Parts: sequence; structure tokens; C-alpha cells
Amino acid sequence: MELTGAEIVVQALMDEGVQYVFGYPGGAVLHIYDALFRQDKVKHILVRHEQGAAHAADGYARATGKCGVCLVTSGPGATNAVTGIATAYMDSIPMVVLTGQVSTPVIGSDAFQEVDTVGITRPCVKHNFLVKDVRLIAETIKKAFFIASSGRPGPVVVDIPKDVTDPNVKIPYHYPREIRMRSYSPAQKGHLGQIKKAVDAMLEAKRPVFYTGGGVVLGEGSAFLRELVKATGFPITSTLMGLGAYPMSDRQFLGMLGMHGTYEANMAMHETDMLIAVGVRFDDRVTGKIEHFCPHATIIHIDVDPSSISKTVRVDIPIVGPVSSVLTDMVRLVKEHRRVPDGDALASWWAQIEDWRGMNCLRYDRTSDRIKPQLAVETLHEVTGGDLYLTSDVGQHQMFAAQFYPFDKPRRWINSGGLGTMGFGLPAAMGVQLAHPDAAVACISGEASILMCIQEMATCKQYSLPIKVVLLNNGYMGMVRQWQEFFYESRYSHSYVDALPDFVKLAESFGHAGMRIERPGDLEGAMREAFGMKDRFVFLDVVVDPMENVYPMIAAGKGHHEMHLSPERELA
Amino acid sequence: MSNARHIISVLLENEAGALSRVAGLFSARGYNIESLTVAPTDDPSLSRMTLVTAGSEDIIEQIKKQLNKLIDTVKLLDLSEGPHIEREMMMIKLRAQKGDREELKRLADIFRAKIIDVTDTSYVVELTGTSTKLDAFIDAVRDGLIVEVVRSGPTGITRGEKGLTL
Repeated sequence: MELTGAEIVVQALMDEGVQYVFGYPGGAVLHIYDALFRQDKVKHILVRHEQGAAHAADGYARATGKCGVCLVTSGPGATNAVTGIATAYMDSIPMVVLTGQVSTPVIGSDAFQEVDTVGITRPCVKHNFLVKDVRLIAETIKKAFFIASSGRPGPVVVDIPKDVTDPNVKIPYHYPREIRMRSYSPAQKGHLGQIKKAVDAMLEAKRPVFYTGGGVVLGEGSAFLRELVKATGFPITSTLMGLGAYPMSDRQFLGMLGMHGTYEANMAMHETDMLIAVGVRFDDRVTGKIEHFCPHATIIHIDVDPSSISKTVRVDIPIVGPVSSVLTDMVRLVKEHRRVPDGDALASWWAQIEDWRGMNCLRYDRTSDRIKPQLAVETLHEVTGGDLYLTSDVGQHQMFAAQFYPFDKPRRWINSGGLGTMGFGLPAAMGVQLAHPDAAVACISGEASILMCIQEMATCKQYSLPIKVVLLNNGYMGMVRQWQEFFYESRYSHSYVDALPDFVKLAESFGHAGMRIERPGDLEGAMREAFGMKDRFVFLDVVVDPMENVYPMIAAGKGHHEMHLSPERELA
Repeated sequence: MSNARHIISVLLENEAGALSRVAGLFSARGYNIESLTVAPTDDPSLSRMTLVTAGSEDIIEQIKKQLNKLIDTVKLLDLSEGPHIEREMMMIKLRAQKGDREELKRLADIFRAKIIDVTDTSYVVELTGTSTKLDAFIDAVRDGLIVEVVRSGPTGITRGEKGLTL
């Protein structure tokens, strides 16, 4: 089979089993777009801004575990995608980004729509390639998918100059079935000696706690994690990125930890003598001040990326390997072990935890005549019966969702944790909805975040994506305002979102349904009505209490034991 | 914690951009880099890079892990962990007026350096050795006589029969 470079690109995507490509055409990728036009296996989703393409591909990847794919042109196409690429990079999301480039003879001449894409994206990709020869396209794309989805996943950029896809040059096509790279071989299994050592130590512990993260979701370790947590009877907490890997409604789950984590989770971290860290990276939003982090604990850390180990916190028993295989080994060893966890110690540890839990740290004013954002999230949970894919933007609404929507399955909670990208939620929801056409998909957002990628409402119309946007509209950049209230004596410098659009009319102008909800009593009915419209995109503009803050909160630079619970409930 | 000096050898895929990935890594993560040299090896598909850095034990460990994580990195060795030989090459241009010529020639001999370019008023001296030896030569030249110093940055190799190869 003889193909042009452009046809090779498209054929390689087919051979890779790619379902959707999220993209936006332009000069440097016109040959590729022509090849896309002449087939119908790979479906192209036309976004309205390249950032949306990257987030949509990212959302698709997070919801499925498969590699997301996007296609953008050179210059501004590539730079617009950078925020989306960096978002995927920070959360280790498998993604292949095909970027057009100016023709090889003019590279470096400041040609029209030329940027050094490989240079610009280098710090925010797992790897990138510039393909200068048509004969290298197939192999490079194979490598890109392999690198993006193996080991610790991440985005890979493949930059393809226009002349390399020249329709007049045809070469024989061969797509390698497998690829081996001498310079890249991610760990396939954990070291059994280390795993045994870890299990021995775990079973000695008096006050153990599991601290799990996005790596469990990415590494498909959820089922094994559940087994291990059940087999040991230990408490478990999770990072923002790991929510759902262990059922949040289960009694052993202490809630999210970290800056806006629960009292019981953070206190357990502070008092534990055995921290079992799985697929986490000891992010600063989780650890608080490193000097105060888990002062009494022996730390076990399981991660597929060796550079995650002892990066910010020195660990005692490192295990490098895929979480699924390491957890499987651990479950087996725990079950075979002659020793069982110390029942008395564990019982008094649980008693202590229940005591902390009794603080009811997430309680809020349920009698308010304004809609509390927490109530909106709880109602969302009730109306959807917990069976929802929820994407999020970044800010207070994101934290409220993480605190008040108990996810019981992995890949249901989709948000930008590492980079904290406002504008992520809506385009990500498009990828999720395409991946799961029959599932309920919602995007929780704020009136500031949503405007950052609002143009994607047009994409939702074009492809009839019945996403529900739940906008917690407080008229502020809520999290910025909260910090200004706490740390800048309520000087609300530029955090007030003046001149907001009428979101109902805005949604309607894009061809969607819109609702504005202002009273707590209307919340449930409106949400039921919205989710009842199974084939429509509905924009719910929920007007919430503008001054509500996210609690508990650990201020930057403080330890887990130094939480603020609420203005009325300061800890001694 | 002490900031020990480490010489790290890296075998890299000889790909365009491999060098900038390493340089970018150091600047992005704020690691300090004293010198960096790179050239192809007997296998044209591989480059060998020698980099000299300093940091606490934890930082050096992270540097090695991050270097290993680069897709273009094939193999890595911290030469400072075992017996090794370190060499750096220097070319130094000296003002060599009548009165100074003999003394500079003698100094070159003491350091086993070679004078590889001569004019009526200047010498270019070539000297190979450890970085400290090169420093010592520079210190030994009288003030005001140095026109230009060109140093390659250290390279290194392990002692014994084992090598950093594929």
C-alpha cells in the first residue's frame, strides 16, 4: 500500500484504533485534513479553539484510560494547545498531539505561522518529535502512542512539517505492531523483596493510613486497592486526583486530604505511624509544610515513576512499579501472611478517627435562604443517584464538588488538579460525553472559569452533546476572593466578575437550554428537569451565596494539624 | 548538607534536541550545572555527555532520576561513585613579551603543557588534566598575562575494564 504522508498520519491513527480526533484545521495541516475527509473511520470533532481540542482529548483519555488525540495547525494552533498540553502533563494523562509545522525548507526563517513547537512544548510534554522525513511518520506515531500510554503516562507532541505530508509523494506504508526503544523501558513489576518488606511493616503498624492518588486511577489499580484496604481494615484517604479509586461512600474512606481535606483525613495523616502512599506525588497542596508532614510515620511509597520517589518527602520503603501489579502482590502477601494487623491497636486508632469524624468538619448552614454551593453539589448527587461523570473547572466549585459529591468509581471525577486550569471543564466534558454517549455527564463550574472556554458550547451543539453545565454563580472568582478575604484583609482586588452575561440567553443563543436558579427550594426540581432532558445540553445558572468559603482549610505553609474549620470553629 | 561535586556521564540517543532537553531540565528544575560537554561516540547513533553538577545527596539523586526519565537517555553513570579518571582540556592565550617568554615556557613545562601557537608577543598553551590542575595553571600565570581562556569542561571515564556502554 502506497500512501502520502498525510494519508499515513490518518492510517496510523486508524491502526492505533483511534476513535476521535479533536482538532482545528489550518494551513500547515491542510493535507492531513484532506486525508481525514476521504475516510470515515477516525471521527474528527471540530472544536472552536485549540485549547478546547487539547482538553477534550484529555477528558476523553481520563474517562476511558485510552490515549486522547488532537490535531492542530502550526503557530497559533500549537500555542493555543499548550495550556491543554501542560494540563495533561501535570496530571499524567496519555495524549498524542499532532501539530502542523511550516515546510522543512523554511523552518527557522520566521515563516508565516511558524513557532518552534518542539521547543515551546518541551518542558510540558513527556516527549516530543519533529518528523522531517515522510518515511519516519508511521514509526514516530507508533512511538508517540507507546510513550504516551506506558509507564507514567503523559502527552507526546508530534510536529509534522507541511511538506512531509505532500500529496505528491507516496511511499509504502507499514505500521509497526510493536515498538521497542532501548532508551525507554518503564517498570513492569515491583521488586518482590521490597513489597514483602512493605507488607511486613504494614502489618506491624498501630496507626496506619492509606494515602492514594491519581496514579491508582491511571494505573487501573482501583479493584486491587479496594481488596487491599478491605483485607487490612486500614483507613484510607485520597488526593483530589484519586477520588473514586476507592468508594468515597465507604466507611473506611476518610474523605479527601490536603489543603481542603477533611479534619479526619488530615489528622490521621498527622498522627499516623505508617503511611502507605500509592500513586501519589506528595504535592504541596497535599503535604502542607514538609517539616510538619506525617511526623511519626514510616512511609511506603508505590509509584511507577522512580523520580516521584523521595522527590519532596524522603520515603522509607520505596517500590517502583505499576500500582496494579504491586497492589496485587500486596493483597496476596497480606492474605498469606502469618501475621494479622494488630486488632486492638487498630480498634483504638479507629476510635480516634471516629472522634475526629465527629467534628463534622464539612457541616454548613442548611437553613440559609440563599443557595449554598455545598447544597447545590449535594442536590446534584441526589438527582444523579451518584451515577455521573463530573468534570470541573478550577476554584471553589471544584473543592465543593470534591468534598460533597462522593464518587464511588474511578474515572468519574475529571478535573485539572496539577496545573489548575480554568476553562478545562466544558471541553473535557465533550471528550467524556463522546466516550460515553449514553452516560450522564456534567461540568461543574464557576462564572469565571466557564467563560474561559465558553466557545465550546458551539461544538456541543454541532455534535449534539447533552452535557449539563452546573454553574455555581457567585459573581466572584471565589477562591481568589476567599484568599483575599483571609490574607489580604478583604481587599477584593480584581476578583469581582463585573458585567456577566445572561447565561440563560447565552446558552439559548448557542441553541441550548438554559435555566437560572435562585432559591434553594427550586434547586432539586430544576436539576431533575435538566437531567431529564437526555438529549439536550442544559446550562444551569445556579446563583449561590457569594461569600461562602471552602472549609476546612490549611493555609499555605502550615501543617495538617493546623486546619481552619470555619470562622466560628477555630481550633485551639 | 554538603554540596559535593558530581561528574555524571550520560549516553544519549544522538537525536536533534537531546542536548536542549538536558539543558532545559536543569534550568526548569533549578539544578546547577557547572559544565556540560557532549559529542558522538564510536556508535554514531549515541552521544556521550559529561556533566558536572553540585548539590546535596537528595538533589543529586533527583538529578539522576530526572535525567534517566528523559526518553533520549539510554544509560547514565555517576562517575563520582567509583574510581574514575577525569580530564579537561584548556587552551590559554598568554601575552608573551620578551621578558616573560622564558618564564612562561618554563611554567608550561612544569605543567606538562604544550605551546601550540607562537607569535612575537603571544603563546597559546594547551593543557590537559583535572579541572583543579587547570585552575592551578591559571593561578600560576602572573596577573595581566592572560588574554583568553578556553576550557572544554571535564570529561571522564571509569577505571578498570567495565565501561559505560550498551
